[in-house]
Amino acid sequence: MDKFTTLTGIAAPMPLVNIDTDMIIPKQFLKTIQRSGLGKNLFDEMRYTQDGQEIPDFVLNQPAYRKAEIIVAGDNFGCGSSREHAPWALLDFGIRCVISTSFADIFFNNCFKNGILPVVLPQEAVDHLMDDARKGENARLTVDLENQTVTASDGTAFRFEVDPFKKHCLLNGLDDIGLTLEKAASIDAFEAKNATLRPWA
Amino acid sequence: MSAPHTLYDKIWDDHVVHRSDDGTCLLYIDRHLVHEVTSPQAFEGLRMTGRKVRAPEKTIAVPDHNVPTTAGRETHIDNEESRIQVEALDKNAKDFGINYYPVSDIRQGIVHIVGPEQGWTLPGMTVVCGDSHTATHGAFGALAHGIGTSEVEHVLATQTLIQKKSKNMKVEITGSLRPGVTAKDITLSVIGETGTAGGTGYVIEYCGQAIRELSMEGRMTVCNMAIEGGARAGLIAPDEKTFAYVMGRPHAPKGAKWEAALAYWKTLFTDEGAHFDKVVTIRGEDIAPVVTWGTSPEDVLPITAVVPSPEDFTGGKVEAARRSLDYMGLTPGMKLTDIKIDTVFIGSCTNGRIEDLRAAAAILKGKKIAPGMRAMVVPGSGLVRAQAEEEGLAQIFIDAGFEWRLAGCSMCLAMNPDQLSPGERCAATSNRNFEGRQGRGGRTHLVSPGMAAAAAITGHLTDVREMMAESV
Repeated sequence: MDKFTTLTGIAAPMPLVNIDTDMIIPKQFLKTIQRSGLGKNLFDEMRYTQDGQEIPDFVLNQPAYRKAEIIVAGDNFGCGSSREHAPWALLDFGIRCVISTSFADIFFNNCFKNGILPVVLPQEAVDHLMDDARKGENARLTVDLENQTVTASDGTAFRFEVDPFKKHCLLNGLDDIGLTLEKAASIDAFEAKNATLRPWA
Repeated sequence: MSAPHTLYDKIWDDHVVHRSDDGTCLLYIDRHLVHEVTSPQAFEGLRMTGRKVRAPEKTIAVPDHNVPTTAGRETHIDNEESRIQVEALDKNAKDFGINYYPVSDIRQGIVHIVGPEQGWTLPGMTVVCGDSHTATHGAFGALAHGIGTSEVEHVLATQTLIQKKSKNMKVEITGSLRPGVTAKDITLSVIGETGTAGGTGYVIEYCGQAIRELSMEGRMTVCNMAIEGGARAGLIAPDEKTFAYVMGRPHAPKGAKWEAALAYWKTLFTDEGAHFDKVVTIRGEDIAPVVTWGTSPEDVLPITAVVPSPEDFTGGKVEAARRSLDYMGLTPGMKLTDIKIDTVFIGSCTNGRIEDLRAAAAILKGKKIAPGMRAMVVPGSGLVRAQAEEEGLAQIFIDAGFEWRLAGCSMCLAMNPDQLSPGERCAATSNRNFEGRQGRGGRTHLVSPGMAAAAAITGHLTDVREMMAESV
């Protein structure tokens, strides 16, 4: 997993609430057995017509946002299915950070496993950053994970909270499985105890 | 005496392998369910790192999302990508030595129907799957939730998950349901009340007389959609109905182990005075047969209502409602019962069990679907299908004009050939009405099995209670 430290980039405004995982990556693209290559189908049904033509109005098709690295989104981003194809598609497109007032639980966790930082901020802060994002490529946001801040193009900085363990893993690009296997003795001990306490499990 | 605990607290505490100072826990996983769509990259990860599946005996795989529900699929799947995914699961199950129900096995079906049916799901367990509807298993008093593919790999390799504890939320349904009102109406009404993010950060415990009065299958329907309310998981405390359902199933404990398990399961309830961070109470008598009008499961109204206007909402929901109405092709103020339906889908992990098929068949018996209607039943498992045939339900569906399919997820998410065309309008017993969910441009109205059957007959959304009065 790639580290996430600081990011300065173009932010695409997507104020719609409840942007679900079926919108982020429709089911016909879940048939892959790989993690890569999903970026071209990110937001597929919002981004392309039925015959594959770009829909010019869609934010990521507009010249200012084609290289966006951040999305500022409406409430409850990523609701719906557990498909990790959603963060894979975002990452493959080049999105490394999503900012919203709230995220769906499974999507939120999946982001951290893929080097994407989901930032939760209060409504006023998201509104400010949304207005900034609407200015296009001249307005770049800076996301600093170490200091837990998002800074708008006018210099206004918003501090966000992040789970310390998730922050540590993201800052260092750590592999969860490797970390857990360091606790193999604890897992062995739990299984031994469980065999006595709950032998049916 | 220790402080009173919720059911969630108890299951959590019994599965903590390691707790860090910041509260991050390593949680032991008792059952890991696997399907073909969210697992290939996880098995590939194991191969690349030379890791094994730590507990293959606790890992159960079944293909369901992608499989055609028409005859001949055991020997050939037309769609190449689907076939590759199913073949990958065949190979991964064999290579890693995990429990497996291939498409040729009568026990194959939707993973969340197969788990309980085979007795893999037991009270007090932790159950995960790379699928958000894992919440279904909470009906047994198991802590069950969906995970992403990275976490699937983590569980395969370590039989644990890195987790922070959620908050406790209580949803109480008091009193009894009125005739024609079902578990589906309960779960949709709760989401209508709390919104799709109302449960975010919580594990919900459903309780109250109306929940107690539900069968195990109804309880699975309720918990199944906990995720649609944003909750990590939904739980219902086990009781005599739970124990009776579990007893004798192929992988349920037997003999002395059964007795020991039963003694433990009887401790799985929320203690008097335990703290809930959020409480929602709904009177069972107030719940009507409901239907969704929009493109979010929170867009719920009683069937007797009219299509709302964007101005009925506030904040970001105004624009979302406008977009939904446009997508759904609906005009504010029109009666929900005037909405014409092209297709009816009965099935899914929400409503693909035998009682669901019985409820639909009771409405359909001796009747025909409306002219031009496309209607299909996709049983949740091969065993549900066989039972429905034995009970004569299949014949009722066929005589009414329904297609009688093989088991799978089918048109719930339309990864297989069962899809809606643009503008096609469907009354579905499934769980998501998102844009494009059942096929690009397809329009989904979520309903109970009885309501789906009623719409199939009349050709428009219909109050099932009127059909029930007719059949008396």
